[in-house]
This record gives sequence, structure tokens and C-alpha cells, in this order.
Amino acid sequence: MRSDVGQFDFVSPASLDAVLERLAAEPGVHTPLAGGTELMVALNTGRLQQHSLLNLQHLSELRFIRVEAEAIHIGSGTTFTDIRRSEAIAIDLPLLSQAASWTGSVANQNRGTLGGNLCNASPAADSPPALLAYGATVTLVSSHGTRTLPYSDFHLGYKRTALRPDELLHTISVPTGWSGYRQYIRKVGTRNAQAISKVALAAMARVDGDRTSRVIGDIRIGAASLADRPVRCAAAEAAVRGKLVNETTVRAARTALAGEAKPIDDIRSTATYRAHVAANLLEEFLRSLVG
Amino acid sequence: MGYTPQSGTGLLGSSPLRKEGRDKVLGASRYIDDQSLPGMWHGATVRSAIARGRIRSISYDPAVDWAQYAIVTAADIPGENTIVHLTRDHPCLARATVNHPEEPIVLLAHPDKTALLAGVRGVRIDYDPLPGVFTIEESEAAVAANDTERIIWEGSDAGGTANCFKQYCMYSGDAAETEAGLEAAFDTADFIVEGEYATGAQEQLYIENNGVIAECFRKPSGGIESVCVRGSMQCPFYLVHALTLVFDLPEDKCRVIQVETGGAFGGKEDFPSVIGSHAALLAMKCGHPVKMTYDRAEDMAATTKRHPSRTRHRTAVSKEGRLLGGTVDFAIDGGAYATLSPVVLSRGTIHAPGPYKWPHLRVRAKAMATNLPPHGAFRGFGAPQSLFGLERHMDKIARTIGLSPEELRRRNFLGTGDCTATGQPLNEPVDMQHLLTRALHEAGYHEKLARFTVENKTSSIKRGVGFASFMHGTGFTGSGERRLNSLVHLDLLPEGRPQILVSSTEFGQGTNTILCQVAAQTLQLPYDEITIARPDTSVVPNSGPTVASRTAMIVGKLIERASQQMLATLRAHAALPEAHTADDFHAAGLRYLAKHGTLRESVRYEPPTKIYWDDDLYRGDAYPGYAWAVYVAEVAVDMNTYMATCTRFDALQEVGKVMHPVLAKGQIEGGVAQGIGYALYEKCMWKEGRMMNNQMTNYIMPTSADLPPIHVHFEEVPSIHGPGGAKGIGELPMDGPAPAILNAIENATGVAFNTIPLLPEDIFERFTSLGHPHGGSEDLDVTVDRDTRTEAVEVTA
Repeated sequence: MRSDVGQFDFVSPASLDAVLERLAAEPGVHTPLAGGTELMVALNTGRLQQHSLLNLQHLSELRFIRVEAEAIHIGSGTTFTDIRRSEAIAIDLPLLSQAASWTGSVANQNRGTLGGNLCNASPAADSPPALLAYGATVTLVSSHGTRTLPYSDFHLGYKRTALRPDELLHTISVPTGWSGYRQYIRKVGTRNAQAISKVALAAMARVDGDRTSRVIGDIRIGAASLADRPVRCAAAEAAVRGKLVNETTVRAARTALAGEAKPIDDIRSTATYRAHVAANLLEEFLRSLVG
Repeated sequence: MGYTPQSGTGLLGSSPLRKEGRDKVLGASRYIDDQSLPGMWHGATVRSAIARGRIRSISYDPAVDWAQYAIVTAADIPGENTIVHLTRDHPCLARATVNHPEEPIVLLAHPDKTALLAGVRGVRIDYDPLPGVFTIEESEAAVAANDTERIIWEGSDAGGTANCFKQYCMYSGDAAETEAGLEAAFDTADFIVEGEYATGAQEQLYIENNGVIAECFRKPSGGIESVCVRGSMQCPFYLVHALTLVFDLPEDKCRVIQVETGGAFGGKEDFPSVIGSHAALLAMKCGHPVKMTYDRAEDMAATTKRHPSRTRHRTAVSKEGRLLGGTVDFAIDGGAYATLSPVVLSRGTIHAPGPYKWPHLRVRAKAMATNLPPHGAFRGFGAPQSLFGLERHMDKIARTIGLSPEELRRRNFLGTGDCTATGQPLNEPVDMQHLLTRALHEAGYHEKLARFTVENKTSSIKRGVGFASFMHGTGFTGSGERRLNSLVHLDLLPEGRPQILVSSTEFGQGTNTILCQVAAQTLQLPYDEITIARPDTSVVPNSGPTVASRTAMIVGKLIERASQQMLATLRAHAALPEAHTADDFHAAGLRYLAKHGTLRESVRYEPPTKIYWDDDLYRGDAYPGYAWAVYVAEVAVDMNTYMATCTRFDALQEVGKVMHPVLAKGQIEGGVAQGIGYALYEKCMWKEGRMMNNQMTNYIMPTSADLPPIHVHFEEVPSIHGPGGAKGIGELPMDGPAPAILNAIENATGVAFNTIPLLPEDIFERFTSLGHPHGGSEDLDVTVDRDTRTEAVEVTA
């Protein structure tokens, strides 16, 4: 332990309202802590900068999975284990269920929350590509009210989000009804378990037309570790939407993805590897559409 | 596939419960960090922030109340400022200069462990930096250019030359005759095959980090009476030796106690001499017991790793596939101080020829100095490095001359009665031909070779099979065992039960269990009747270090002899019948003790009379015995991600008598897993000599989800040298996996990779040929970690 825990405040307000009041009273002073699977690692290695932690772990208001006709609403305090145990998510949002199973270790999944994962805002996180592909929305709360925005607008830059200092992420709402879509998710990590992504891609597409002319009616692609934040690959989507699945389309998709990807060299992989493998994964998905 | 512990005798060849197994499973074992002494303080280390330079000043932040701390620098050392191994070049604490990042300079102790955080931060060290060398090539270049600025090591009391700790030149016969033979072989060969092969550093990654508790006792006059260190370690008497110099005390005033140890793999062979000396110095300074334990990040950054290596082969071969002659240039990176590098180099040199007949062979070997933390012992100890080069080269030769890898090896295998490259006759049976046949059969090698060739044409996943043939010498090299002169005791306890006293340590591999099995077998007693004393140097004799795959064969044999001696004593003097029960034994034992008070049988190592070794010529019987093996790897290379995965592994070895089948299988499985990590995952990333990925999240050790089914097969050919015919087994499984896996990758993809670790980025680089010379995982930017660091990262838009 390279931190002196005596130097840290750890408070567990009794309710969500009490948390929001504290955040509003002293904006920027307190850091919400849900599962703690990121912050405790930082504490152990002596690089946790925030010294006042507001515990959210016990707040049952934030831990729910509510299934409605056209969407599943997931409380930000829902753990990855909760997600893996949900039959509705497994059936209607299989990419999210799969991503949850890849997150950290079983112990991490028992404590770590979906909201914490999004607010930690690592460009390599496992759940964002699926949520981007599904077109999720997020609801943010503060003592002044709530606001809802597309999840694709939530990440503003490297570890920067749209959250104001007095706000908490409350609900992640994910549209359902994807039965007409082929869905694909692949994580290329440093190893097969307990790994951080070198690159990951979640994609889904609806193929229209008959056997002789298969046209991509709709396509949605989310990616991890291809930029400074989780990204929706709009250029690659545009390059193939409405197109026949053939060699020309595959090449166009690769080119478009290469144009919008902004990966970097870091300790886990290289920019060239990330860009090239992302294109390989996209190609693998596109080719599967004609199988 | 449940395992039912075998009750009853626990004789050799059965698998009784481990002696300390019950406590480990129940969580009752007390490791060093579970222990505490009254009034104990905690210690920490202030380390070098740079790779090389002169220490200009050490200052202490006035905001810290230093009166609360004990502070130790080099000036406080009562004896010699050295961590002794083979030489005395390695300072206990840096005094005027530092030679690697994380070099210890100042030690602090405080009653409150958390106060050490502020203490370490409050010590400011200013340096005049000097240029460093960080690879074998940079170290060689400095010597070649006579660049005195970059000569970082000048030699020591035990020899060595500028930037070079040790060199060997090993010939397969008389030097001049071998040189002449080589010249003729290269002149007349049908083929000359050259190759260069490289291996990286590897962290041992024992579960329990290094840790000790030290005490220092005073004479009435105030002088130091004695020191006592207990901790996690392999070799208690190595630490005794280190303490005698640091404290200028006789051996019997330096007591060392090994406590339950959570893995070692060589990483606790030489390093405990450092942390043990440090904690004892702090205990001396503060007058309290002092505990020092490293956290994972400190342990990974500051302690020893496997030596990186480079092997160059040049081989003359006939078109029939006979090896006519060869030269091998083998170099290892020793880090900043000599530590054990000369003996690591020695084992690598002697294993470089592999299990083959070489009419003419010359191996030139050297250990170079670099400004990295000193590299040290790690399972295999040089052999995995040189055998990687050899077994990749054998596949290259086969491909060059148009033979199968199997047939090339068959035409050159050593057999019973042949001589090894050091001139050692193989008097005990050796049947590599049979091992190869069986290993390939067990692995389904030929069927897969044919099937994958067809399937790969239409699949984005390319599969392949490959193998490596090798051996590992048991015990210390050459005359090492004679010099160790190991001693064991076998006591009869007051209740009439035998107790083994050795300095051989248990650190997960089964020492306690197998030595008790040997005694049970020989004394004809149930396994539960035998106990083994905790290694405490004030109690146990020096039976040598627990290294070099020597415990089962060398120490086991001494226990066997001591047991025979005890039986003879009780038969001669206490009327023990020839065929006895446990009750007969107790009764005889009690009769003997009633008459004589105590019974201790002591046995000292006696070299088999025929063993001969010449250290100067590097010729003779290099090891008392060898374990022989053929390992077969099956791999899958995904052409979308460039990830190579080992999908099945078959490990066949001849290790003499298998003493404990469950433990033996565990040793092989663990070694293969470590070998897979060595080949495909574990890359130490250095920046100016500092390890940058010193965390489990970015030093990528394979998990169970990355490991294939490992099929372990044994052949049992009893050896005269070991108890019940056993030979050493501990290091062998580290030698074969890496070359077998890279041979399989070449089979799968048609591309030869000759450097490990081989990461997906390296495979990608070769397949896409981006053209710049380094590329692949050399392009990793170790200063950036987008996931787990909190500082901002600049991203070009």
C-alpha cells in the first residue's frame, strides 16, 4: 500500500439525495466511489489524487435493471455480475452481456459497476463499444434536476466526460428490438482473461434484400482503444450503409475506418497494430454477413 | 478426475499428502508477512532514480521529523559493504556511485509502516548522471570502441574484464585439434547454416513477494553480538555468508531461519542476501526487530530476473543431415553486478550443444554488464536460453537441407555410451530415439502435420505443431557438488521417530514431502512417521542451496544413506529385527536412546568415484546425471489478430524414478506454463534500465484461460545417483516449451521467428512488413498507459 489511508476521507451518505447535496455544496471536492475497482488500485499504488471519497456502493436506488417494451434501463450502480445474471440483457442485448463477462476478474465483476466503468472513461473499457452500437442514452442527475443525452455525447476526450462536478450518472437506457440485426463483438486483449483491450469492436447490422443482392440496410459500430475515448465509427458505417456486401465495400469500410481511427502507441500495443486489427475485425464481421 | 490421497506407506512412487499441505489449504501457514515480533519496526528502501551516475549529495527534507526514523547508509555498515556471491563487486548500499535504477542507497525504519511513505519521499538524492549501456550490444560496442565513458564495470576480485563478468571457451576436445576439425568441417560441408536467436528477461512472479524480519543482538559492551534473519528464501546459508561479511561476524553468530515460502523459482536464491542484510542493518541501527517486505511493484522493479540472451550458431552439415561441426557464440546480459552470472553462463554453455553428437564444437560464452538491475537465478539458469537457440537452429538446419525436423534430430542424437560435448561418457541408458517416437505419438504429431497443412489453406487460423529435444543436468555444474560438500543429519527424536535435518527448503515444489518419502522408504516406516525440521541454520547442517534441480537426487541420496546408516545402527546396537514393523522400530529406537541418550546419523556428499571435471579446460563430467525430454507444442495463429496461442502441449521426460507422481506432474505443468509465458506473453519493458511494466496488469503472465491442456508423460529409467533411482526434475520443464512453440509457429505460418517473447505486434510486423528495422513490440511506448494511469495523455488529432 503506497498511500496512507489516514489521509483519505471516506463517507457513505444515507441516500442518493444526500450524495447529490454534498456534490452540489462542494462541487469538485468529492469523488463518488461505486465498486472502487479503479480507485482502490490507484490508492494502492499511491497515485489517487482525490482525497474525499463519497461511497455509492450501498445505494439501492442506483442498482436496478428495468425492462420496458422498447428499452432496458440499467441503474449506474448495477454490477457486471448483475448484468451477466440478467436473462433479458442476455437475450435482447447480447453484446453488453458478453462485454460484462470480459470485464476484469470475477471479483471485479462482483464489485465493479456499469456506471463506474463509464465514468472512469477509459478508452479501453469493455462495455462502451456495445452501448455505442446499441445507441444508448444516459440520464444524469443533480440536486437541480435531471438531463438525458445520447451516450455517444458522454465522452468528451481522454478520461473527460459530460458530467458536471455536481452530477452523477443515474441510468443507462439501452434500446432493444434488434432481432433483425446480426451482432458481433470481439475484444483483442493482452491475454484471454483479466486483460485490458488493445482494441475491441462491437458491431451490428441489418441486411436487406434477397440472396442474390444483400444490402446493408443499417450498421452501427462502436470501438475501444481506437481513439482517446470510446468511439462510434461513423465514417465506416457511412461507407457501407446501403451497399452490397462485396470486396469493394469491404475495402471502402477498411479505408473509412483507417481514416477515422486515431490510435496511439502505448505500453500495451502499437497504433499500427490497433488500426490494422480493428480493420481486420470489421472485415471479419462484414464477411460474416454474407455467410 | 479427482485425486484421492494415498494412505498407508507413502513410499517412493506413491503420492502421499504434502507435509505442509494441510496448513496451506486451511490458511494456517504463517508466511513472513503474517508474523510479527514484539516492538517490531518496519523498513523501507530509498532507491536510485537514475541508471548510472555519481551521488552528489543526500539531503533530508526538514519537514520530516527524522528523529523518529532510523536511517542507514553505506557509512553505517560495520563490516564490508558487499553482497557476496561469487565476487564482492555488488555493494550492499550504494556509496559514491549508482549503476542501475532502483539501486538501494538509504534504508529507513519507523515503528509505523505508513510513516515510511513520507520518509522515503523526504530523502533527496542528487546525482551527476553518467551514460549507461542497456543491452548486450551496447555493452559490447563500448568495449569495441574502447569508450571509457561507457565501460561500466572494470573487473572484480574474481576476474572479469571491461564490461564482461565472465567468459568461457568450451571445446568438444583438445582445443587445437577441434579448431582444425572445425576448419575442415566448414571447408567440406555440403551446407553451412547460420542463425541468431534471442531471449528476453523474465520475472519469476512468485505469489509471495520478498520479505524478512531481522533482529540484532548486542554484547554487554555494546558491540554486535549476533544477528538473526527469518524470511522467505531458498538458501539460508547463502544469507549467512552475506551477513558474515556485512557485519564482520562469524557464521555461528549469523542465524537464518527460512519460514513458509510462497514460491521462489530462483528469485529467492540470491536476492534474500540483499533484503536480509538491509533489514539486519536497520535492526542494528534502531535496536528493534525490523520487518521489510516489498510490494509487487517494488519487487518487480528492483529484484532479479532471468538473464536476456543472444545465441549465434554456425553449423557445418552434410547433405545426409550429419552435424559435422559447429560454433556457438552465447551471450547473456548480467545487469549491473556479477551476482550469479558466471554460473548461469556456465549452465547455458554446457547445455548449448543439446542432446546431440558434435564431432567438432566450440562454444564461446560471455556475460556482459549493463545498467539494469542485476539479473539472477530463474528456473533453468541459462539452459532455457541456449537451448532455445539450439532447438530453433535445428529446425532451420532441417529446412535448409530438406530433411524433416524429426529425421535431422534422429541422425544426430546422443545415445548410451556416447560422449557429450564436454567429453562425458553417457554410461547410464539414454534413448532419445524412443523418447522422440513416443512423444510424437502421444501428441498425434504426424496426423496433425498432415491435417493442418490441408486445413490451413482455407482458414484464417493457421495451426501448427513443433517440438524440442533437450536435456537438463542435475545438481551443481562440474566440481560444484564436491565443493558444496553437503551434510545431512537424521535424528531419532525422544519418542523414537526419525527427523530429517537439512537446509533444503520447501517453497512449493515438494522438498519436505519427497525427502520424507525417501526416509520412509529406506527405513521401512510409514510416511507419517517421518518429520522434517524447519531450516534454521542454528539447528540444521548445510546440505547446500535448494537450486539446480539437486534436492531430489543429491540431498535425497544423502537422506537415503543416512537412513540406511540408522537402520544399521539400530540393528547392531538395539536389536532391530531385519524385517521390522513401525512398533519394532520405536521399541528399538527407545532402547537405543535409553542406553546412549541420542542418535544422530550424519552423512556427507561423496562424489561417485568416476566423476571428473576440469574447470580450466571446461571438460569432463559436467553433471552427475541428466533428465532427457521431448516436448511437443500445438499452436494456432489467428491471422485477424496475429495472436499465437498454444492449444495443446505434450511433455515427455525421462527423469529416473518418479518419486511422487502428483508433485512431479505439477512441476512439469507449472514449468510448461512458465515456458509458455516466456515464449508468448511475458515481456519486460525497459526504459533506461528501468522496468516500466512492473504491475500484474501490464506484465502479461498467462492465466488459466490462456493455457492449453498439458499432457505430462514420464519414462522411468532409474539412475544409480539418486535415491530409489530418481533424478532432478525442477528446471527441466522450463527448457523445452519456448523453442517447441516457435517451431510450431513456423510450421503453422511458414515464417521463422527467432526472438522471444513473441507478441502479436511482432507477428503483425513481420506479416505486414512495414519495413522499419525494429517495429513490432519494440514500438510499444512504455511511457504511456491509456487505461490505468491518471495523468493526461496528449493525443494527436
